[in-house]
Amino acid sequence: MNLTLKIWRQKGPKDKGSMVDYKVTEISEHMSFLEMMDVLNEQLINKGEEPVAFDHDCREGICGMCSMFINGEAHGPDRGVTTCQLHMRMFKDGDTITIEPFRAKAFPVIKDLVVDRSSFDRIQHAGGYISVNTSGNTQDANAIPISKHAADEAMDAATCIGCGACVASCKNASAMLFVGAKVSQYALLPQGQVEAVDRVKNMVAQMDLEGFGNCTNTGACEVECPKGISLENIARMNREFLSANVKS
Amino acid sequence: MSVLDSKVPKGPLKTKWTDYKNHIDLVNPANKRNIDVIVVGTGLAGGSAAATLAELGYNVKTFCYQDSPRRAHSIAAQGGINAAKNYQGDGDSTYRLFYDTVKGGDYRSREANVYRLAEVSANIIDQCVAQGVPFARDYGGLLDNRSFGGVLVSRTFYAKGQTGQQLLLGAYSAMNRQIARGKITPFNRHEMLDVVKVNGKARGIIARDLVTGEIERHSAHAVVIASGGYGNVYFLSTNAMGSNATAAWKIHKKGAFFANPCYTQIHPTCIPRSGDYQSKLTLMSESLRNDGRIWVPKNIDDVMAIREGKKKPTDLSEDERDYYLERRYPAFGNLVPRDVASRAAKERCDAGYGVNATGEAVYLDFASAIERYGKEQAKIHNIENASKEKIYDLGKAIVEAKYGNLFQMYEKIVDQDPYKTPMMIYPAVHYTMGGVWVDYNLMTTVDGLYCIGEANFSDHGANRLGASALMQGLADGYFVLPYTIGDYLSHEIRTGKIATDTPEFDEAEKEVTDKINFFLNNKGSHSVDYYHKKLGKIMWDKCGMSRNAAGLKEAMVEIKELREDFYKNVSVPGTANELNAELEKAGRVADFLELGELFAKDALERAESCGGHFREESVEIGGEQEGEAKRNDADFAFVSAWEYKGEPSAAVLHKEQLEFNEIELKQRSYK
Ligand SMILES: Cc1cc2nc3c(=O)[nH]c(=O)nc-3n(C[C@H](O)[C@H](O)[C@H](O)COP(=O)(O)OP(=O)(O)OC[C@H]3O[C@@H](n4cnc5c(N)ncnc54)[C@H](O)[C@@H]3O)c2cc1C
Ligand code: SF4
Ligand code: FES
Repeated sequence: MNLTLKIWRQKGPKDKGSMVDYKVTEISEHMSFLEMMDVLNEQLINKGEEPVAFDHDCREGICGMCSMFINGEAHGPDRGVTTCQLHMRMFKDGDTITIEPFRAKAFPVIKDLVVDRSSFDRIQHAGGYISVNTSGNTQDANAIPISKHAADEAMDAATCIGCGACVASCKNASAMLFVGAKVSQYALLPQGQVEAVDRVKNMVAQMDLEGFGNCTNTGACEVECPKGISLENIARMNREFLSANVKS
Repeated sequence: MSVLDSKVPKGPLKTKWTDYKNHIDLVNPANKRNIDVIVVGTGLAGGSAAATLAELGYNVKTFCYQDSPRRAHSIAAQGGINAAKNYQGDGDSTYRLFYDTVKGGDYRSREANVYRLAEVSANIIDQCVAQGVPFARDYGGLLDNRSFGGVLVSRTFYAKGQTGQQLLLGAYSAMNRQIARGKITPFNRHEMLDVVKVNGKARGIIARDLVTGEIERHSAHAVVIASGGYGNVYFLSTNAMGSNATAAWKIHKKGAFFANPCYTQIHPTCIPRSGDYQSKLTLMSESLRNDGRIWVPKNIDDVMAIREGKKKPTDLSEDERDYYLERRYPAFGNLVPRDVASRAAKERCDAGYGVNATGEAVYLDFASAIERYGKEQAKIHNIENASKEKIYDLGKAIVEAKYGNLFQMYEKIVDQDPYKTPMMIYPAVHYTMGGVWVDYNLMTTVDGLYCIGEANFSDHGANRLGASALMQGLADGYFVLPYTIGDYLSHEIRTGKIATDTPEFDEAEKEVTDKINFFLNNKGSHSVDYYHKKLGKIMWDKCGMSRNAAGLKEAMVEIKELREDFYKNVSVPGTANELNAELEKAGRVADFLELGELFAKDALERAESCGGHFREESVEIGGEQEGEAKRNDADFAFVSAWEYKGEPSAAVLHKEQLEFNEIELKQRSYK
């Protein structure tokens, strides 16, 4: 395949960026999208130009590092996958592909397609944990049976990879799907109950502080989420949040 | 006299760890506040260590090259984590886990370390559940288990096919709690580029802020390296793109011995390579072998027909298929350990029976599992005379519940539906059992410098059984290091803050900046990847699944030449004071180019076959084990620990003789 790429280039956080056109040739449909980007970068390096900076690591769809906005969609046109799992067979010879960073006030651009998602970490510091001592003296894991249903539901929420696609695809740049997933995982397990009230309040407060917008139930996040995190998690977070405020 | 002191405590194996804990020196809680510890790496090993050390009261600084600790490579582990809980009542025990691990490692690990690992394994599960890790549960609400290659009990705990992710998020959440308390200061997007020694003790590191390019000095009373494995020395592996040897290699150059560099695990169930552009290989969890049957066609004509697309695998009847693992290893069948399964696949493919275009693939087939589960479900639900389709649907649902995400991943990559047609798999480089040499305390040969997780060498011998790396990482981090480091730090309470404006820091920083400037000014003609791929090819061809003396000698020469060419002709674009991925890669590949040579040297030295390391000159001739790997315990029951002497080829070998008091060394048979 031969393709035209329109890529956002931005030297640094304070520089002004712009779209730049590139051509790539002999792209195999078996390549992953990032392998196609490798081909482009190799070509740029050989010409003495600077390669396009983008985040990636596992290339297995699990670390949440890759974060491209492709043809107006977070992680591109395929459903239920991250950019590293997107394959070139989704495109046609002669296509023009637009590639931009995830855009949101709370995700400032560092360089080219790389954005700073540390706001997600700070939300986690605010309460995304269970306060258990790491002493090795915790009680036996089978002492509190947990229904398979609850364990599975908690697992579903916990599969969030923290990629930020939900934020990037939301017109309000809301992080509710991400935070909802975190709150849900703990809310569904008995171990998380004790601190539930403070957890949801603190995490929501931090989310607002970071400059994420509010959810207006458009549902774009659920559609673009590579891990199929459902809107139900937002509903659960809202319920937890309301009842937390009633309780205190 | 060997300079290696393993510091294994005296006394019976079963009470060593308890006795040790009872007798070490402790640090008074009030004094812990005055002690700083640096942890490089926030995977399962580093993350759990950092959280626990902070919990104990030390001031911890963590470093990782990703933008968040939650993205460390441990996140990718799929299958599960072992623990001797005997929840299934199938005869598991600490001793059995210990035995399986030592045997699985082909009797090349340290008995005392492995026993301790088995001993603390049960606590790991309790700890993680308490942290909110959603392990799989059965309908009674209790924890579920599955089994992995090389064992006959069901002791593997799992969270769908995302066990590593969930365990890492657990460790990360424990870290978050300490970050919130101010006990951990995280330095994300930071790469450690050197260690700083003062009067023989590790006292800090030099790190580069990967966003601003700033070179930073960080001091501490002890330094812990938890930087993961070096499988990317092969270029193609199941490791994350950024996984590297730099931290381990830099401490090696500063005096930490490097042990068993040639012990590499080749994992049998990966998605085969499809072309030269490929950047990495993707693992399909080994747990698939619980239900999948592995085969190639019996007749070479069928192989050809399949390769040409004239036949489909589903066209072949049972008796036209060679279930070679079941044929060769009736006792373990498809569940033989990884080294055995990998070698058997390569043997069939080398003999011409590979089923894809490159001739490097065998089938992993779920048809009979789907049918078996379907029939079972029909019975459970009282469905009489269920149709074939109904049975398929019922069975598919069970397989989907167990491995759904893996099947989806396969389909996305290969563009074939593995429920309908068998998966294609081939072995790939996966895990490095070698690493920095550590004693029983997990301390390297440098005072105050520790190494944990995949980056050290201690627990897996020549081969690692499935689900035991996660166990080791968390055991080291949550339960072992926090004790052993305390013993060392108890002598540091009067040291006071360690200054960073000293000649030792100046010197280490200068080395680091000189190297960076060299790369940026070299203006050569080849990219970093060009060299990395070349190195990978030498490694795979000559230091891969099977090796011989002649090839290894060639490899040593070729790697050295490649390294010299790299320093002449590598080109690194961009500048030092910005995010510069090529610069990061250049440093990592430079280290791989040295490690690769030591790897070949170590493999050459070890003229025996053991674990995933198959030495062509050392194979069983005749008898029941004909054609299998031949260990040589009389000459090679030792750990090779290499001391750096300027050039990899000049490295000096030290041997730690391995003692087996509890376990009899036997031919490893899975027949
Ligand atoms: C695909 C896959 C599946 C696996 N499945 C299983 C399984 O089912 N069960 C099992 O037991 N094991 C499994 N393993 C093995 C297991 O995941 C790893 O061995 C283990 O997670 C390693 O953990 P670690 O903490 O030692 O290192 P890692 O998780 O690799 O962490 C390394 C850390 O070091 C940091 N780092 C590295 N270099 C530097 C530097 N120079 N400066 C700063 N930071 C640095 C990184 O940022 C990272 O935080 C699997 C491995 C792979 C690749
Ligand atoms: S909720 Fe989905 S889209 Fe949002 S961070 Fe998590 S995985 Fe990514
Ligand atoms: S690179 Fe890890 S999810 Fe894409």
